[in-house]
Amino acid sequence: MSTNTIISLPDQSTARVPKVNYLSKENGILSWLLTGDHKRIAILYLISLSFFFFIGGALAGLIRLELLTPQADLMATDTYNKVFTMHGVIMIFFFLVPSVPATLGNFLIPLMIGAKDLALPKINLLSWYLYMAGGILALYTMVTGGVDTGWTFTTPLSTHYVNTNVLTTGLAAFIAGFSSIFTGLNFIVTIHKMRAPGMTWFKLPLFVWAHYAASVLMVLATPVVAIAIVLVALERTIGIGVFDPTKGGDPLLFQHLFWFYSHPAVYIMILPGMGVISEVISTFSRKRVFGYTAVAFSSVAIAVFGFFVWAHHMFIMGISNYAVIVFSLLTMLVAVPSAIKIFNWAFTLYKGSITFETPMLYAFGFMGLFTIGGLTGVFLGVSGTDIHLTETYFIVAHFHFVMVGGMLMAFLAGIHFWWPKMTGRMYPEKISQMAAVVTFIGFNFTFFPQFILGTLGMPRRYASYPPEFQILNVFSTAGASILGVGYLLPVLYLVWSLKYGAVAGDNPWQATGLEWQTQSPPLTENFLKTPIMDHDVYDYEWLEAQKEKEVASAG
Amino acid sequence: MNHISPTLWQFLVKWMTNFALFPPEASKIAPQMDALYFFMVLVSLIGLTVVILLVTSFSILYSKGRHPVAEQIEGSTLLEATWTIIPLGLFLVMFVWGALIYFRVFTPPANAMNIYVVGKQWMWKAEHPGGQHEINSLHVPTGRAVQLTLISQDVFHSFSIPAFRVKREAIPGRYTTVWFEATTPGTYHLFCTQYCGTEHSHMIGDIVVLTPEDYKKWLAESTSGASLAQNGERLFASLSCSACHNTRPDARGPSLANVYGAKLPLSSGGTVTADDAYLREAILNPSQHITQGYAPIMPTYQGQLSEEGVIALVEYIKNLNSDYRIQQTLNTTELLPESEGKAPAATQTPAAKGSASQGMVKQ
Repeated sequence: MSTNTIISLPDQSTARVPKVNYLSKENGILSWLLTGDHKRIAILYLISLSFFFFIGGALAGLIRLELLTPQADLMATDTYNKVFTMHGVIMIFFFLVPSVPATLGNFLIPLMIGAKDLALPKINLLSWYLYMAGGILALYTMVTGGVDTGWTFTTPLSTHYVNTNVLTTGLAAFIAGFSSIFTGLNFIVTIHKMRAPGMTWFKLPLFVWAHYAASVLMVLATPVVAIAIVLVALERTIGIGVFDPTKGGDPLLFQHLFWFYSHPAVYIMILPGMGVISEVISTFSRKRVFGYTAVAFSSVAIAVFGFFVWAHHMFIMGISNYAVIVFSLLTMLVAVPSAIKIFNWAFTLYKGSITFETPMLYAFGFMGLFTIGGLTGVFLGVSGTDIHLTETYFIVAHFHFVMVGGMLMAFLAGIHFWWPKMTGRMYPEKISQMAAVVTFIGFNFTFFPQFILGTLGMPRRYASYPPEFQILNVFSTAGASILGVGYLLPVLYLVWSLKYGAVAGDNPWQATGLEWQTQSPPLTENFLKTPIMDHDVYDYEWLEAQKEKEVASAG
Repeated sequence: MNHISPTLWQFLVKWMTNFALFPPEASKIAPQMDALYFFMVLVSLIGLTVVILLVTSFSILYSKGRHPVAEQIEGSTLLEATWTIIPLGLFLVMFVWGALIYFRVFTPPANAMNIYVVGKQWMWKAEHPGGQHEINSLHVPTGRAVQLTLISQDVFHSFSIPAFRVKREAIPGRYTTVWFEATTPGTYHLFCTQYCGTEHSHMIGDIVVLTPEDYKKWLAESTSGASLAQNGERLFASLSCSACHNTRPDARGPSLANVYGAKLPLSSGGTVTADDAYLREAILNPSQHITQGYAPIMPTYQGQLSEEGVIALVEYIKNLNSDYRIQQTLNTTELLPESEGKAPAATQTPAAKGSASQGMVKQ
């Protein structure tokens, strides 16, 4: 074994992927469509999410192509508006919100806490069907004319002024919202009730803590956006006048309702990703996470504060100056737990024994990009600078740094990290490391110029723009094509690895989590016997002792 | 450069000469906001450098080759406190600094000159007090505080002037305000930054900053013949507002002289300050705002007036400083648009022609 990797694979000449596992247990399409197994549902989610991601990504490609030149020449402004709306709707409701929780969370939470399944397996399957129903409806609206309200459905534009498929798109988001509520509910019940003996709250992996915090947000915030969508639908169809000022309604009320969900939603998106990073950094530096309790509680703090900052999306909309002060202050407070996490991850490396496999590279990418994303968020949370920067490309760059640079990097880190567990096979290491580097470079090329564009004042959602902004837009479009390559590569080699990858064995990374102490891919029941958590979380000494015991008994 | 095609070469040259990295500073608030912006950029760069340094130096020092066995460390309360308190402190400094600027941008000085701006799909209409109208452009003088009172006739729009570092949403159904003092003559971008439908990216225009002398010249050249208040006066007469608000002792409506800025007692109890927003509300939703001592008989003008019409009326009422002016208005009835041809040319109120009268009443 080389000194710069921890990968330890079984002897490939004799190793086989276990014959009995959750993938091979039953065959046929129905055994998948009617499954209650959290791992199979996770795989269903992974396939469908990837599908939606590539549709959303293709739309992003169209946006970048249109912005290559200052004029609206590739498509009409109307088409452009529909394209960026569908890009937002698909990426947010059908990729980012469910991404890590529905795939990795679904797959891993029962394994990590030593349970056989989630508490409510049928509800889990139902949530996938709701997700698919919402997703297919969204695609249907796209091919039957699309919608051009922006993913924010801003009233009164969405209620009175556009003739596109607002109702069906709203319905799609509404249905997908219930999928997310059910997933969150399932996680909360499971984490409370299904922990293995000895698995106390402070022995939970940080991945589980992060999902717990995100689940609370899903359950409490999503109903509010559902209500907001229903009100938009009622206003549009029968004109109830909740948001219409000529009927005594208040158009700002919609903003309040919408952002009351959509701000916590960004934490729904990012918290599970932070959970992934904690696991990956610990494993590849062979150390327990520095300041475990601080990281765990910072997730909870983000979830709590996340509920009280929604009006920072409305600083220039004429809410009271004093409300602006309060929400700006609370926004400063929500920035602190993220800083705490970053420093704790950095210090987890201190005196570790670090290796640089693909998941770790993605995690490093996450830390860099998320730090930039988080710090530029402060520019927007500070009321004074928000006036100039909001509604420009600065905000576009900021949330892409957090959502794509942060969340997507974390998602890919997680997929690479748990791929051997999910499939029993390794992917080719060199090419995957290259993909991580290409993604990082492409990402920075795409989105960094947008900070400068935003500072210059280039408004978001513009199909055409003044010519002096062109050079930065060309950089951005060029970067997007590199980024596209970075995202396509994993699909190719991961699919390749399903058949040709090396057999991974139970624990290729020498990680400590309970999910690694069972076979890869796991049995449908996860464990042969219920594990007992008799050691600490991230207990690498216990793992060493365990290994020695095995060697002793084998010898 | 023979190996580069001439077209590509021209392209590159055009780009490099026409390449912006930072917007011009053309208002009094711009340098103040930029100072904070650069402070935050500096703090962010330092923070990012610290994170990168930590990660790379640890990665080098403690890579598996150099440091084969990890030492388990629980954590450190002291370090946790450090990286909680230092970022929090820095964020709080930014918060206070930002809040000061925010209050400055949204608290206009008392002597600010007011320009009304109406946003509608997909154009900006500016109404100057002197009666000058502009579409998708705004002329302002240097060295003078200018307040914009914004409203939207349909959906949310946002009036953004990057060179001034100010931006304010134009919202349907309520006035919002923002102010600035331009410092450097020139032409700057005006953008609508709130997505407002199909032609959102074409809802752009020019902010033309002129020296006070040029501005005076521009005002004189662009006059439409009647001031905004005079247009309001005509509306006041044509909508028969003067039938009730006529200052007579037996009038059915209160006198509107000096009403602007006054505290009015309401029949529902309490008082209200008659500002622009209140006047607008009182015209469009009169039953909600009955002044003490009067019967709730005023009809609503919702749907009969465009936002520009309401603005003209508000401006007229603002400038009513005596009952005498209202009584004069009573005599302008013969100046109504339908009787325009018959109007004698020598009345006190110059007849507004063309654009003014057509633009006022919703069609």
